[in-house]
Amino acid sequence: MTSARAPERERPWVFRTYSGHSSAQASNQLYRTNLAKGQTGLSVAFDLPTQTGYDADHPLARGEVGKVGVPIGQIDDMTELFQGLPLDRMNTSMTINATASWLLALYVAVAEQQGADPKLLQGTTQNDIIKEYLSRGTYIFPPGPSMRLISDLVAYSVDAIPKWNPINVCSYHLQEAGATPVQEIAYAMATAVAVLDAVKARPDVPAAAIPRIVGRISFFLNAGIRFVEEVCKVRAMTALWDEIGRERYGVTDETLRRFRYGVQVNSLGLTEAQPENNVIRIVLEALGVTLSKNARCRALQLPAWNEALGLPRPWDQQWSLRIQQILAYETDLLEYQDLFDGSRVVEARTAELQAAARQELQNVLEQGGVVAAVESAYMKQRLVESQSARTQAIESGEQIVVGVNRFTEAEPSPLLAGGQSFLEVDASAEREQIERLRAFRSRRGQAEVTAALQNLKDVLAAGGNVMPPSIRAAHAGVTTGEWADALRALFGEYRAPTGVVPRRVSTASPRTREVQERVKTVSARLGRTLKILIGKPGLDGHSNGAEQIAVKARDVGMEVVYEGIRLTPEEIVQSARDEGVHVIGLSVLSGSHGTLVSDVLERLRRAGLASLPVVVGGIIPEEDAARLRQAGVKRVYTPKDFDLTRIMGEIVDVVAESDPAV
Amino acid sequence: MLARDRDAVAEALNLVEDRRAGPREAALELLDRLEREAPFPGAPRIGITGPPGAGKSSLLDALVRHLRPRGERLAIVAVDPSSPKSGGALLGDRIRVRAAAADPGVFLRSMAARDRLGGLSEATRAAVVILGAAFDRVFVETVGVGQSEVEAAALVDTLVYVANPGTGDWLQFMKAGVLEAPDVFAVNKADLGATARTTAGELEGGMGLGEATDTAWSRPVILVSAREGTGIEKLVAAFDAHRQAQEAAGALRERRRRSGESWILDGLERRYGSYGLERCGGREALRARLAEGPAASSFARLTELGREIEDALRKPA
Repeated sequence: MTSARAPERERPWVFRTYSGHSSAQASNQLYRTNLAKGQTGLSVAFDLPTQTGYDADHPLARGEVGKVGVPIGQIDDMTELFQGLPLDRMNTSMTINATASWLLALYVAVAEQQGADPKLLQGTTQNDIIKEYLSRGTYIFPPGPSMRLISDLVAYSVDAIPKWNPINVCSYHLQEAGATPVQEIAYAMATAVAVLDAVKARPDVPAAAIPRIVGRISFFLNAGIRFVEEVCKVRAMTALWDEIGRERYGVTDETLRRFRYGVQVNSLGLTEAQPENNVIRIVLEALGVTLSKNARCRALQLPAWNEALGLPRPWDQQWSLRIQQILAYETDLLEYQDLFDGSRVVEARTAELQAAARQELQNVLEQGGVVAAVESAYMKQRLVESQSARTQAIESGEQIVVGVNRFTEAEPSPLLAGGQSFLEVDASAEREQIERLRAFRSRRGQAEVTAALQNLKDVLAAGGNVMPPSIRAAHAGVTTGEWADALRALFGEYRAPTGVVPRRVSTASPRTREVQERVKTVSARLGRTLKILIGKPGLDGHSNGAEQIAVKARDVGMEVVYEGIRLTPEEIVQSARDEGVHVIGLSVLSGSHGTLVSDVLERLRRAGLASLPVVVGGIIPEEDAARLRQAGVKRVYTPKDFDLTRIMGEIVDVVAESDPAV
Repeated sequence: MLARDRDAVAEALNLVEDRRAGPREAALELLDRLEREAPFPGAPRIGITGPPGAGKSSLLDALVRHLRPRGERLAIVAVDPSSPKSGGALLGDRIRVRAAAADPGVFLRSMAARDRLGGLSEATRAAVVILGAAFDRVFVETVGVGQSEVEAAALVDTLVYVANPGTGDWLQFMKAGVLEAPDVFAVNKADLGATARTTAGELEGGMGLGEATDTAWSRPVILVSAREGTGIEKLVAAFDAHRQAQEAAGALRERRRRSGESWILDGLERRYGSYGLERCGGREALRARLAEGPAASSFARLTELGREIEDALRKPA
């Protein structure tokens, strides 16, 4: 009989906390404190200007600097971020995509400064553009050049920084965008296949290197609350990846076909109502990806209980780190062999998911692969449909969310008592970062910068690998915005299809029909159909919420001008006027609502459109919401407002109140 | 409007979409004046139509990028279908025509085809007249789903059909007889290479199957790539050549007059039904009256004939 116990206690996964804010210096302090508390890996959150390739003083960066992560504008920022943290002994995960090759170049350059051997660098660049098009929105370039940049990084790293995971194929954001487990598995595998096919086709990559490259591909998963299914999902992915490695890429070494993945457990499902319950959700979600030894995550990051309220404080993040430590060190989880081998139930569900995902993967491959399926909006439409089904199920009460649509009676939470229960980014962070950047620009050697940028352009235009000239540019003192501008000039910019054209209009519930009638009545009084502009100002690309609002507004009979992401306040005001809309809906999740929304209101006033009502949705603390209402915003919605039908009804009210004709 | 005031243009567009009686009167008055007072022929009116997925918006984006550096001020009317169930509509073009964003020289208005799927709303023509008075060139983008091509052709001076290579869509349209309407064919996605060239060849070969409405104009088939920006210059040259050919033959005034008549008759029929038209002698008799009538604007004629039909309907048959 085989022993139930593992021969020796398993080493725990890498404990990370996704963090970074305000400045390189503040984030460095945070990393040191976290490591001292027993965190074993770093996970760097970059701010949106860094993620989308703008310098801190670019107009689009306004209000976004240091908000959702650390601003890295040039090499000195990177040096400061890792001050006192020897890079050859760190394991660093960087959530960076469109500008991944640039941030890795800065990282390598800092390692070289520190005298570390790049061959010893360990960590991950996320570097997955597909889910940016589908969900997260921080892409810059069109799919063709983006895939080239990804494969450049992969091809470069395999020899130069061989312990690095050059890409973290993300299914995390697909689940956030509404993916069912089958879609999550299939689209992640399709993305990995697209990357590997692109790398395989490169003349500079020898066929013999392919198995090693397959072995370097890692994944980044989401773990939801349905944790039994999540166990089956990770087992299905493990089996499917092994199959793809063997059959599609002919990898004979079994260790190179291992499904290696990191996890951030679901942040989107965390609730604003009764937020203390989120701790329990986080624990259960962590179980889904740690219980099965043969499909256990390699690295885990847990969100904080109060993420739906605002930015977590160090104490909130510490609480989540302790969850990991208790699970790994106090429980007996790591003492056993796989708990589910031979379980008929788990194996049957795993097989089901695997078969269905294999079929959907085939479906995407037959359409020309994942890039074609982005451009045709096939995947995006599937995701928007799944997401609509999910939000409807919550709205109707069919899917229970404790504290949100059931069991809403609650005592006041002591956790929320006594002032602010989340972190406020220092308002001076943006100004200081701009000052630092300008000082850096004036002291750097301009001749070297010019030469390095020219070299970057020349190498790229000639079809060369982006990494070596980027590392040179990093040392020379090129800024993030300059690097990205050079590539923009060469590759152009892109806007991905939105998928907000789902084929079927869902059957209207009686409440929806009621709102439809009100839209008709108000439209008749207005003289034309109620028209709404929906858009996202600033650099935040998380468009799932805005898309759901757009689809719902169409379903209640409004004419919806859906303007998508990355808009300047100026663009929003011009569109509102040209389109003749009756109301503007803005969505901001990056925490920069203050600056951006006031800017829109101010520009509306100057355009003589002061009476045009504005509603705002986002992760907006109550104090900020009050300030926005005072500034003239008619309604403010936060994650606790899950009832889209009610929101639509209120928007009709807002229009009716604002128009003298109604 | 003639002074090209952007706020005034936006307000005028709101006015012509307004279905209330008072604003309607004001709108007709405005349009009447515009049609009479704006210099003929005014801005070229160009329709962009084709099946979903052919890349019409991307092509518009490429056209904007090409024409803006020449200093042309451009207007775009993007028509999307309304949902037959809710009456709502998702108007997504502002995302796809990125070149228009925050450029004060480009005006984009999205409109819902409120009357029926793929059909053009009555206000579209009014929008074309308004934008034609205030901009250097007007584009009207519509989804081609059959009959709408014919309607689109009546709104513009030049209709471009954007073909999607390798799908055979155009063949379906050819069978439906709607490929008679376009004046120019643009085969998009020329970057696909052979597939696009095959479709262009098929279109050229198939042209004989449909009688062109204008025999003096030989309809070109142009390979373009919105993505790479190739063929755009040729396409613009074709627009200009078509306009010159029409002007030389005196056909532009005739086309506008004829399309104006059809627009009036369609509008009357939508409002009063074929029965209403019958009460005043039927469609053909009304068309004859319009052809010989005074030189009033189509908007004034629509109001006038509408009143006449209403009077006729009030009397016992």
